[in-house]
Amino acid sequence: MNKPFAITLQVGSSLANKTGSWRTFRPVYVNRLPPCNNACPAGEDTQGWLFHAESGDYETAWRHLTEANPMPAVMGRVCYHPCEGACNRGKLDDAVGINSVERFLGDEAIKQGWAFSKPAASTGKRVLVVGAGPSGLSAAYQLRRMGHEVVIFEAGPAAGGMMRFGIPKYRLPREVLDAEVQRIVDMGVELRLETKVDNILETMKAEKFDAAFLAVGAHIAKRTAIPATESSRILDAVSVLRSMEGEETPMLGRRVVVYGGGNTAIDVARTAKRLGAEEAIIVYRRTRDKMPAHDFEVEEALQEGVMMRWLSTIKQVGDGGAIQVEKMVLDEAGRPVPTGEFDTLEADSVVLALGQDVDLGLLDGVPGLSFEDGVVQVGDNMMTAYPGIFAGGDMVPSDRTVTVGIGHGKHAARHIDAWLKGTTYDKPAKKEIATFDKLNPWYYTDADKTVRPMLDIIRRQSSFDEVQGGLDESNALFEARRCLSCGNCFECDNCYGVCPDNAVIKLGPGRKFEFNYDYCKGCGVCVEECPCGAIALEPESA
Amino acid sequence: MGHQDIKFYQTGTFTVGNRLLPPEQRSVQADMERTNSLNSGHRACQGCGEALGARYAIDAAMRATGNRLVAVNATGCLEVFSTPYPETSWQIPWIHSLFGNAAAVATGVAAANKVKARKAGLALPETRVIAQGGDGGTTDIGFGCLSGMFERNDDVLYICYDNQAYMNTGVQRSSATPPAARTATTMPVGDEPGNEWGQGKNVPLIAMAHGIPYVATASVSDLRDLEYKVTKAMNMRGARYIHIFVPCPLGWGSASQDTIKLARLAKETGLFPVFEAEYGEVTNVSKIRQKQPVEAYLRLQRRFAHLFGKKPRLDVVARFQEMADQNIRKFGLLGSDRAAVGFPGSEHK
Repeated sequence: MNKPFAITLQVGSSLANKTGSWRTFRPVYVNRLPPCNNACPAGEDTQGWLFHAESGDYETAWRHLTEANPMPAVMGRVCYHPCEGACNRGKLDDAVGINSVERFLGDEAIKQGWAFSKPAASTGKRVLVVGAGPSGLSAAYQLRRMGHEVVIFEAGPAAGGMMRFGIPKYRLPREVLDAEVQRIVDMGVELRLETKVDNILETMKAEKFDAAFLAVGAHIAKRTAIPATESSRILDAVSVLRSMEGEETPMLGRRVVVYGGGNTAIDVARTAKRLGAEEAIIVYRRTRDKMPAHDFEVEEALQEGVMMRWLSTIKQVGDGGAIQVEKMVLDEAGRPVPTGEFDTLEADSVVLALGQDVDLGLLDGVPGLSFEDGVVQVGDNMMTAYPGIFAGGDMVPSDRTVTVGIGHGKHAARHIDAWLKGTTYDKPAKKEIATFDKLNPWYYTDADKTVRPMLDIIRRQSSFDEVQGGLDESNALFEARRCLSCGNCFECDNCYGVCPDNAVIKLGPGRKFEFNYDYCKGCGVCVEECPCGAIALEPESA
Repeated sequence: MGHQDIKFYQTGTFTVGNRLLPPEQRSVQADMERTNSLNSGHRACQGCGEALGARYAIDAAMRATGNRLVAVNATGCLEVFSTPYPETSWQIPWIHSLFGNAAAVATGVAAANKVKARKAGLALPETRVIAQGGDGGTTDIGFGCLSGMFERNDDVLYICYDNQAYMNTGVQRSSATPPAARTATTMPVGDEPGNEWGQGKNVPLIAMAHGIPYVATASVSDLRDLEYKVTKAMNMRGARYIHIFVPCPLGWGSASQDTIKLARLAKETGLFPVFEAEYGEVTNVSKIRQKQPVEAYLRLQRRFAHLFGKKPRLDVVARFQEMADQNIRKFGLLGSDRAAVGFPGSEHK
C-alpha cells in the first residue's frame, strides 16, 4: 500500500460522480426570433446584423443586413421602422434606434465603396423584371445573387420608382438613391430605362425570358368628382411630386390646399412650403388620429408651418380658387358624416392626394388573371394565376411602403428561383418569438436612445436639404450596443459563470457554449439568469 | 464604485463577461482558464448558492495570489458535499479539521507559512491562507476562534457563506437565521411563528468592531463586486473577513433556479446591505439599483409561507420592511446618500 497517512482508499476526484443523473429538466441553447426581425416586412435579421455592428465590424454587419435588403441607406431614411415598434427595449427605456444604425451602415457602405459580390455561377435562366422601384430592384438583386440573368425594364427616365418620383428630396437625397441603385446594376443587372412594357407575354416571348416579376407600382392618381370651374387650378399629388424631378418645378402659388390625409398629402404640403407657398393647408375629412399618415410626419409638417383642417371635405372649387368646404362630424363607428355647414377657403391651387391606382395595361391578354380593388391577385408564392409571371409591390394587395416592396422582391425571388428549378420554396418554420418575459432585464444597463439631429426649422421651410441627420461612428456604435440581443446568445458568459456545478463549457470567442450533461443537475439557474432568453428548460425524457 | 466604472451600454458589468470587453476587464469567472476550485461532481443540491459562492470566491483568490493558496474548511454543507471520502471536488490545497476551529487552524497554517518564509529568507510568506465556513460554523460554533483570529490580526481571510441556518444537518436555526423563518427547530406555530424576533447577530459589524484591516459583505448576485472584494482582500495582510450571502433552495424552500434572483432581491430590498469597511469604518456601499418591497423577496421562499397563508401576517411583513428601511437609512443604500449613523467600532483605528 502506497497511500497517504490514515487513508485506506485511493483519493479520487469528484468527477467520478456523474451528477447529471439527478436531472429532471435539461437546459438547451435556443435561438428565438427577436420581435424586431419578426416585425420587419423586408425580413431583415435585425438582431443578427446589430450583433456585428456592436463589435464595430460594420462591413460584416452591412453584408449581413444586405442579404435581405440591398438598400440600407434608403431604408435607413424612409422606412417606417415597425422593428422599433416591436423592440423589447421599448419596455425598458426606448426602442433601439435600429433605423438610424441601418442608415449609418448604408452611408458607411457608400463612403467606403463596399460592393456586392457577383454570382459565382450562372444558371443560364433569364428573368424579366418590370419596374425599377423598390420591389423590382430588390427582386433583381436577389435573383442576380442566385445566378440568374436579370433585365429590368423601366418605363421612366431613371430607376427608383416612388423612391425617386414620390418621396421628396428632403427625406431621401437622390445621390443616396443613385448610389444604391448603381451598386445593384454593378452586379451585372441590366437596366433599360424608358422602356415601357405594353404586353408582357409578347415581351417575354420576344426576348426569351423564362420568368417575369412585375412591379410597376401605382402611379395613377385617384380622382374624385369635385365640381370646379375651368379657371381653377386642380392638380394631383403624384404629378406634383413627379414634376419635382423635372427641370421645372410645379406652379402651386402662394396658397396651396392639399386634399387627403396620407403620407403623400403630407409630402405635397411640405414640398409646397419649400417651393415658397406662404400657406399650405391640408384638408382631411376625419381627425388627426384617424389620418393614415404617420404621426411623426404630421408632427414634422406642423413644425414646418403646414396647417391642417380636420373634419372637412371639399365640395367645390369656384372661380379664383374659392373652395367650398363642408364640415364633418364622426359617427360612432368613426366614419365622417356631413353636417351641412359650409366654409370657404382661398387657394391658388388644389392638390388631390387621394391615393393611387395601378396601370395594369401590360397584363391585357394574359389569360386566367384575377383582379380585385384594382390590383392583381397573387398566391403565397407571389405568382399570378399565369405560370411564370410573378408580381409584387404596390400592384398587388399590400401596405404600399418601400419596405413592403423590398420584402416582396426578396420573397418573389426565392419563389421564382424555385420555380425555375422546377421545385417549390418552403419557408422555414417560424421560431418561437423572444417576448419580453423571456428576458432577464436586470442585466441591461440604462442607456437612453440616441436622437438623430434635425435640420434647422428655417432651412426646413426654404430648402430641400435632408431634414433628419444621421449618426456618426461613436453614437451609432452606442446605439447598436443598446440591442438586447433578444433570444440569441451574445456571449455574455452568464451561463458559464452562474452554474453552481461548473457544467457549462465555454468554447471560446465566437463559438459560444455547450452544456456538460454529465454534471448538469438541471437547476435552471442559467435559464433564469440568461439576459436574452437564449436558453430553454425542457423536461428530461424518462 | 471604482470597480464598476466600465459603462457598457448593453449589459454594463452586470453579466459575468462580455465579448466586447478587453480581456483584462473581464471577470475571473469569464476566463476559460479559471481554476474551478470547486469542480463538477460535488454533491450540493440543485441550484446551491454556497457551491457557487465558494467557486466565485476561491477562483478569484487563486488568481489574486498567483495560485499560492491553501483553504481551511469548517464542518458544514460545503465540507460535506465537496469531500465525501475518498473523493474531493477541490482543485486547491484544502484542509478540514473540526466544526468550530477553522479560524484557529487557519491561524496555525498562517504561522507555519511565516516560519517557512523566515527560514527561506523571505520577508513575507508566499502562500496565503483562507478559512471558510457556513454561518453555523462562523457565527455560532466557530465564533470564539474567529474573534481570536481577528484580535491577533492573523494573516487570514475568513469567508463566511451565509445561508442562514444549519442546512447540512437538516435546517436547524443558527444565529444568522432571520426572524419568522421556519426551520426544523423554529416551527411556524403560535402567535410569533417561526424564528424569534431577537437582536440578531451581525457578524460583519462585529468583525468591524475588532478594527481589522478589511471587512466586506458580498452576494452571489453580484459577481463583479464579489471578485473585486476577494481580490482586494488578498492584496492586504492581516485579519480580513468577507461575508457572502448564498441562498439555499433546500433550506429556504425556494425554486432551484431562483438562487441568484433571491440574492439579488435581498440586496435590492435592503435586507442584506452590501458594503466594505477598512479598519472599522465603512468605505463603500453598493447602492440599490431597483428598489423592491420585502414581500417580493419573502414570497419566493416556503420558509416564510406562513406569512402569506389563509391569515396573512401583514404585521410581520411590515416588520421586515422596517428592518430593510432601517438598513437603507443606516448604510445609505439609496441614491447618493452617505451612511446616516456611525458604526460600532468606528472609533477604533
